[in-house]
Amino acid sequence: MPVLWLVLIVLVMAVAGYMLGRARALKSAGGDSRDLHSLPSYYGANVTIMTLVPAVGILIVWLLVQPILIDRTISSTVPAEAISDSMTRGLFMSDVRRIADGLDLAVTEGAMGRDEADNIRAEFTDIRDRLGNLGVALGSDVGPEVLRAAQRYRTMSSAGNLLMTLAVLAAAGVGFTISYMATGKNFRARNVVEKVIRYLLIFAATIAILTTIGILLSLVFNTIEFFRLYPAEDFFLGLTWSPSFGGGSELGILPLLWGTLYISIIALLVAVPIGLFAAIFLSEYASSTVRSFAKPMIEVLAGIPTIVYGLFALLTVGPLLMRVFGDDGIGIMQAGTAVMTAGLVMGIMLIPFVSSLSDDIINAVPQSMRDGSLGLGATRSETVKQVVLPAALPGIVGAILLAASRAIGETMIVVLGAGAAARLSMNPFDAMTTVTAKIVSQLTGDADFASPEALVAFALGMTLFVITLGLNVFALYIVRKYREQYE
Amino acid sequence: MTDANATQPGAGRPARSSSLLQLDERTRRRNASEARFRLYGMAAVGIGLAFLVMLLVAILSNGLGAFQQTAFHLKIELKQDVLDPNGNRDIDEIKDAKTFAYSPLIREAVLRQIEAYGIDTPLSEAPVEGFSSPLDNLFSSGARSTLRDRVIANPDLIGQTVDFRILASSRVDGYLKGRVDRESIARDKNLDTVHLDLVDALHEQGAVEKEFNWDFITGPDASDARPEQAGMGVAMLGSFFMMLVVLGFSLPIGVAASIYLEEFAPRNRFTDLIEVNISNLAAVPSIVFGILGLAVFIQFAHLPQSAPLVGGLVLTLMTLPTIIISTRASLQSVPPSIRDAALGVGASKMQSVFHHVLPLAMPGILTGTIIGLAQALGETAPLLLIGMVGYIASNYPGGVAEGFLAPNSAMPAQIYEWAKRADPAFYERAWGGIIILLGFLMTMNIIAIILRRRFERRW
Amino acid sequence: MYDTPKVENDVATTDIKISAHGCQVYYGDTHAIKDVDIDIEDTTVTAFIGPSGCGKSTFLRCLNRMNDTIDVCRVEGDIKIDGEDIYDPKVDPVQLRAKVGMVFQKPNPFPKSIYDNIAYGPRIHGLAKSKSDLDDIVESALRRAAIWDEVKDRLLAPGTGLSGGQQQRLCIARAVATEPEVLLMDEPCSALDPIATAQVEELIDELRGQYSVVIVTHSMQQAARVSQKTAFFHLGNLVEYGDTGQIFTNPQDQRTESYITGRIG
Repeated sequence: MPVLWLVLIVLVMAVAGYMLGRARALKSAGGDSRDLHSLPSYYGANVTIMTLVPAVGILIVWLLVQPILIDRTISSTVPAEAISDSMTRGLFMSDVRRIADGLDLAVTEGAMGRDEADNIRAEFTDIRDRLGNLGVALGSDVGPEVLRAAQRYRTMSSAGNLLMTLAVLAAAGVGFTISYMATGKNFRARNVVEKVIRYLLIFAATIAILTTIGILLSLVFNTIEFFRLYPAEDFFLGLTWSPSFGGGSELGILPLLWGTLYISIIALLVAVPIGLFAAIFLSEYASSTVRSFAKPMIEVLAGIPTIVYGLFALLTVGPLLMRVFGDDGIGIMQAGTAVMTAGLVMGIMLIPFVSSLSDDIINAVPQSMRDGSLGLGATRSETVKQVVLPAALPGIVGAILLAASRAIGETMIVVLGAGAAARLSMNPFDAMTTVTAKIVSQLTGDADFASPEALVAFALGMTLFVITLGLNVFALYIVRKYREQYE
Repeated sequence: MTDANATQPGAGRPARSSSLLQLDERTRRRNASEARFRLYGMAAVGIGLAFLVMLLVAILSNGLGAFQQTAFHLKIELKQDVLDPNGNRDIDEIKDAKTFAYSPLIREAVLRQIEAYGIDTPLSEAPVEGFSSPLDNLFSSGARSTLRDRVIANPDLIGQTVDFRILASSRVDGYLKGRVDRESIARDKNLDTVHLDLVDALHEQGAVEKEFNWDFITGPDASDARPEQAGMGVAMLGSFFMMLVVLGFSLPIGVAASIYLEEFAPRNRFTDLIEVNISNLAAVPSIVFGILGLAVFIQFAHLPQSAPLVGGLVLTLMTLPTIIISTRASLQSVPPSIRDAALGVGASKMQSVFHHVLPLAMPGILTGTIIGLAQALGETAPLLLIGMVGYIASNYPGGVAEGFLAPNSAMPAQIYEWAKRADPAFYERAWGGIIILLGFLMTMNIIAIILRRRFERRW
Repeated sequence: MYDTPKVENDVATTDIKISAHGCQVYYGDTHAIKDVDIDIEDTTVTAFIGPSGCGKSTFLRCLNRMNDTIDVCRVEGDIKIDGEDIYDPKVDPVQLRAKVGMVFQKPNPFPKSIYDNIAYGPRIHGLAKSKSDLDDIVESALRRAAIWDEVKDRLLAPGTGLSGGQQQRLCIARAVATEPEVLLMDEPCSALDPIATAQVEELIDELRGQYSVVIVTHSMQQAARVSQKTAFFHLGNLVEYGDTGQIFTNPQDQRTESYITGRIG
């Protein structure tokens, strides 16, 4: 039975449960809802929840676990020699799945009988051709082992699906019955319903943690896998980055880190002075009219998607720099995509980030501090330089660190604006590349996910994650300490 | 009064001029440095605003062209002997005439027009039949399929002379928009100045016009060779389905999480962990979410690659921290007296939250959600990793299910795709795409601002 | 430093230090100070009293143009110090504020060391020619604020670490260090406990020998204790101004009497 139908049946049971539970509760109180412990709708909701939650829970878990179990079972029954040298077990299994899906499709489309699908032999039929007619493209001819595995896969899946249907319906039925029987005028339905809602709320709050765990697991496992294929010290200490999918790649992270760092530094050199001075001007000097116009205008820069900045770097800033520093000008720039291009544009992107964070922080310095300084006959700039900024310094350092972490993690600007060559150079007009840009290029090709050239992206991602996380934790800690000081 | 004259009044006020009306040297210097400092600040604000203006000018000047497209208006004779030699209007036989059979019809129509307007051009000698003709370079290579589709849709047109709107090739389009000039044509193997002369002449007669380009907004993407036909329509649908997913997941989950953290959570290590987690997740680079999506949704859960559903899920996880943070802020702004009042008349804690606090916080929550959605709409990097680039989004999804599950692109991914293509004509499309994208973002932000203005409550 | 007692103040009391005529202050549309005329004498403590919101602090802040820092505030009429109009366009408020020091309601030491707090004013105004000069200025300012003995061993400790009363005396020392001629104090004791208040009051009395001190206070007892002249403000008007003793024992105006006896306020 398709999952959709199953879900619909459970939903119908849930709705029926609501009405029946409500009716039963009212009846037990002789039709007078004042005699009930809770409002009638809570009794209905109770039955609905008890029907829905266990059934849906089982459904979700089953859907997640079944494929893994079947995969594992089938995979263990396939002998190692059945897998040709050119492919891994993972690729073999994905072929199996694709054929199994193709057979399913063939049956539903009527191109194949049920029995035929179960018993068809690769030795006698060209499966690839027949499935190809249905729009299922297979990479190679289907060998007998693959086909047999695929057929076993189908049988197990359909058996599993049947079991799942039964289990889900049983859970729904049991939940329904128990909660319906429990419904009566003294039953504390509201408390039960509220408890369930509370657990749902807790679950929602936990998703943030699950996301982090998901990030960590997906990074850690693949990184370990990568280090099994490629030595860790070569990765962390290597000075060359030259991946080649034919093998013999050199995957040293240092050139990428250098590119990342160089671009971030240029970006900060642009963003920090401009952002900081803009924040000082807007919070200490500007009249309220200027402020109410200029502040949102500068913040518009923060709302512009990074792809726009990327295009701006590639098509506007790059050619502009070329005209000055390229062969027609000074002659130290080979192409429009360079560290300087990406750094400048990223700096523009970070201006509002630095300015609005610094603005908050400068405004957190108590007015009495400024009054004290002005009252002594200090000018505004003396007040800013000698009283406000020193007081706000920790917060501003925090803001700059947050901006740095943004710069290091930024992707689109460097993918489009920085070039693709990994090199260790001091010339800011050279093309260089970054960790993020290489994550994109290593994972968007047609590479085999099991090769070190693709897996290296996870190790790069891990490095990026650790660096930005460290910066963030540190920066947030500083900012929080700073805030507490003036609260 | 013992210490009254610890410092003599006269001796204690040394360097200062006695009159306030005269500035002493030091004050003058200090004022100058004050003015300088102020100037730096003004310059910084000015530079920031100048960047904004530069960006907008670049976007508009490069992108507005995409909203216009050059097209020929030709009277094309759909000859029966070419398209339906047997004359029985059998649809299968008509389909047998492949697209290149339509080329001579178009060429002929042009030649007829050249003659009608009495234009003197070497191209009037160009061959009508044959595999290729210099005339072909004037049109989009998709022009023939335009004709064929129309004929197949309505076979009765065969044998008639019909008005057609035929898209010009991207070079001709670029020439009329001023993107391609005669000098660069000299290096172009597809187009000669002869072509341009002809285009100029036809333009004068009104047979070639720039027109508003609806196809760019609603149409599908086209292959590398046909920038003039590429549109945002399919990618827009992709983004739309993604945003449905983001809204459907992140709003309920975000609100539920915020309610728990703000109203129910005890102060303990677990909730502390969640809080730290949320504030750090908000600052995780978006590309890392792409890695997560690739590893968990595609490699582990085997969801279809390039599907808006997967994109939506990844963006949901990315948007959640933003929504949670803004939702908590608006829950906090509801004063405790409201909760006390509800509890005071015997409502349960849960009822007080859902009946009173949540409705009052709703405008703030919606504002935060819209801003979160706007962020998600413009996000590109994670979409690259889950495969939403690298192919041509040329098919509209067939239905709602397909909308979520069939491979599609998204607006920012489509822009990136165009920026990567070799033909500079696609750059115009990319800028134009940005105008559309920014249009959506602006609308969303304006709605958020209006919501805030209209419903914001000061307690 | 305590060795040369001189009696000069009986001569100086007759000098007029500050004179305001027809002074009006507006906050946006609100008319906060209405037509105030007052002559404040040198080497005298003048107290401004009145119910809260009566404009006494606003008027005080006009005397060193601290109101300039508020956008919507507008001052009309003329206020003269030593005969010079302080709202004259040629006057630089920075120079004015060096001459007219101010102490605020809440102690507001800078987040710097005690030494740097005191040295801040002399440094920006360039009063010290050398390091030892500056040391002297700091010491004498701290002595004059009667806090030297308490802090002389920890001059490099942060000023924010002192107790409330010490912080306020530090702020007074900071104001004194710039060699002002007038000291404005805006409810300097409102955030302090009674003992600290007594110390600050004693200090104010001592400072009178050198400066014209103007103090805003909401406490009538304090005004009676420290001031020689008292001005009573009500709803933006200067109702009555005269010798402190006379104001408290024999007020001329009905409103002053109501306030003194506790019927309004």
